[in-house]
Amino acid sequence: MAAPTAHLGSPEPDRFNWSRMWVVARTDLKSLIESRDFWVPMALLGSFFFVMVPAFLLVVINGLGNVDAVQQVSQALTLLPQQAQAAVPAAADPSAKVQYVLAVYLFAPIAVVVPLTISSAIGASTIVGERERGTGEFLAHCPADTREIYLGKLLASLIPGYFTTAVGFGIYSLIVNLVVGPNVGGWFFPTASWWLLIVWVLPPFLAISLSLVLRLSAKVKSTAAAQQATGLVTLPLIIIAYGQSTGALATGGLTVSVIIGAVAWVIALVSLATGVRSVRRGQLLGVADM
Amino acid sequence: MTNAPAHETSAIPRVGGGGGNRHAAPTAGPAQAWTAEAGTLVVEVRDVNKHFGSVPALSNLTMLVPQGRITVLLGPNGAGKTTAIRVITGALEPDKGGRVRTFGYDPAAFGEFVRRQCGVVSAKPALYDRLSGWDNMQYSAELYGLGRNASAKIRDAAGRFGILEALDQRVGGYSTGMKTRLALARSVLHDPQLLLFDEPTSGLDPESSRAVLDLIREMTSEGRTVVMCTHLLIEAEGLADQIIVLEAGTDLLHGSQRELIDRYWPNQLVWIEAEDPAQLDLVQGLPGVLSVSRTQRLGSHDGAGPRPTCEVAVDDVARVPDIIEALVAKGVRLTKVDPHQPTLEELYFAVRNERREQFAEDEARRAPAVASGHDDEGEVA
Repeated sequence: MAAPTAHLGSPEPDRFNWSRMWVVARTDLKSLIESRDFWVPMALLGSFFFVMVPAFLLVVINGLGNVDAVQQVSQALTLLPQQAQAAVPAAADPSAKVQYVLAVYLFAPIAVVVPLTISSAIGASTIVGERERGTGEFLAHCPADTREIYLGKLLASLIPGYFTTAVGFGIYSLIVNLVVGPNVGGWFFPTASWWLLIVWVLPPFLAISLSLVLRLSAKVKSTAAAQQATGLVTLPLIIIAYGQSTGALATGGLTVSVIIGAVAWVIALVSLATGVRSVRRGQLLGVADM
Repeated sequence: MTNAPAHETSAIPRVGGGGGNRHAAPTAGPAQAWTAEAGTLVVEVRDVNKHFGSVPALSNLTMLVPQGRITVLLGPNGAGKTTAIRVITGALEPDKGGRVRTFGYDPAAFGEFVRRQCGVVSAKPALYDRLSGWDNMQYSAELYGLGRNASAKIRDAAGRFGILEALDQRVGGYSTGMKTRLALARSVLHDPQLLLFDEPTSGLDPESSRAVLDLIREMTSEGRTVVMCTHLLIEAEGLADQIIVLEAGTDLLHGSQRELIDRYWPNQLVWIEAEDPAQLDLVQGLPGVLSVSRTQRLGSHDGAGPRPTCEVAVDDVARVPDIIEALVAKGVRLTKVDPHQPTLEELYFAVRNERREQFAEDEARRAPAVASGHDDEGEVA
């Protein structure tokens, strides 16, 4: 081992270090990957919402054909907003119309529920988990700034949820196009609104949710308490995101999605800016450093 | 017996570039960069308080750690040892007032710089069980700015603590001893100047404990500074250059073991036993004898019960042959004469007992004052 340096030099004021933030995120992700008991249920959750439920419903409707029940549902489509009705292929038969509406409008919330659930579950235990395992002591004594730790952990919670959604979205698109496409004149999915939902509206909702969840994780005393409190915080957020995304898709206006996304981004940035200051080293140590 | 405040009796080394005046106006850093020179203070904690809610963890703690030395913090659970370590690295911010400088800088303002020079092993090894030993080391290497190509340093540190072969295994499968060794290896990975060890040998077998203590000595011989918390007095004995006894977040005393023992037992002690313990009264009044007290000692090897022993304080250990000769001449049949060097354990319990007695006296004095509606200053409450 090298002899110690005689001169330590003069320190620079503490600055945010992006690479250290990424080290925290990467190590947390690696730890998650090593934890099968966590990612297997999460993968099942994603496949249930993105694959099993849509595939089952769409295939069943395909199999039923234009029976009475399907025709009645088809007639109920007149209740949809004008823009949504206009997007449904007019030449398609009633069962194809129902499939189209289900695929484009009614399954939209799954793209919100899955990532929010997965990311919140990870985020809830991220800081309190460090404390419970005793590893918070290592982080508290390391050179990393608490902002780097907070954002690193936020990324490590956001990426699995968003990754699951991206993969699920791809598989969902494939299923929809394979099952419904032939009935409505070819591959039609994803629509522009769905693209906006996935790349513009969903990320800020995830960020808002996680900024709140991480604050909770820093404050509560146990992982169990964090999970419960997280449910209370994220449920209203899921409902809002659900409503906004469904509404934006159904009204068909890209402008609406853009505006919802923009508002969500502003809220997310404010929430992150305040959240990043909410974690202190004492919370990593498990002492009330007030 | 003398019991002056420790930091008043020991020579206070100078602070690197920053001056060591207790009443100096607090500044975030020294006038010039910290330099490792003999006698320089690596850690300067003065009159520091820390409360958790209403519970005091540190109460006017003053603690000075010179460069290149081993400082051992002794004290019961809750004495503030771990909190002191956390304050030194800036992991915890003390209450307002007081002064903390590590390498001459305020850890609250220059936390990254200070922590980069510190290697910490906490009471729990603080390792990521789901990751391999290598990944744990790599994580530390990257956080401490060694980058992703720190393989040689990782191998070097792991080899030094005998954990190299197990680096590929998941830490969750490690024994307690292996975890401690990995935590120790991780703490030296970035060549820190200051090592802060909180119970570093807990959970280790005697062989591994000795290896760790040898490594601690080795590191100070390389110029590093070590602050170590321990409950094991025998571990501190012979290892510590400086001992700080903490209780209720304050330093009861500090100094080298020799200084502290001399302060508590300024005279040489001799333990004398005789076939007829009553005859030992004859020692009183012999030339060179300062005081005599009776005590009971357990036999160390013979398994016998407590034996009456005479503890004789003499002005000079050279007088002992004369004292023995005088006793034998008076017909005393001596069975044991043992010039006694008080141990750290005896010192520790003497300090603690004295503290307890002092506390009881204070309480007793306060009780009638409170009952009569007067406080300590005699004013009506």
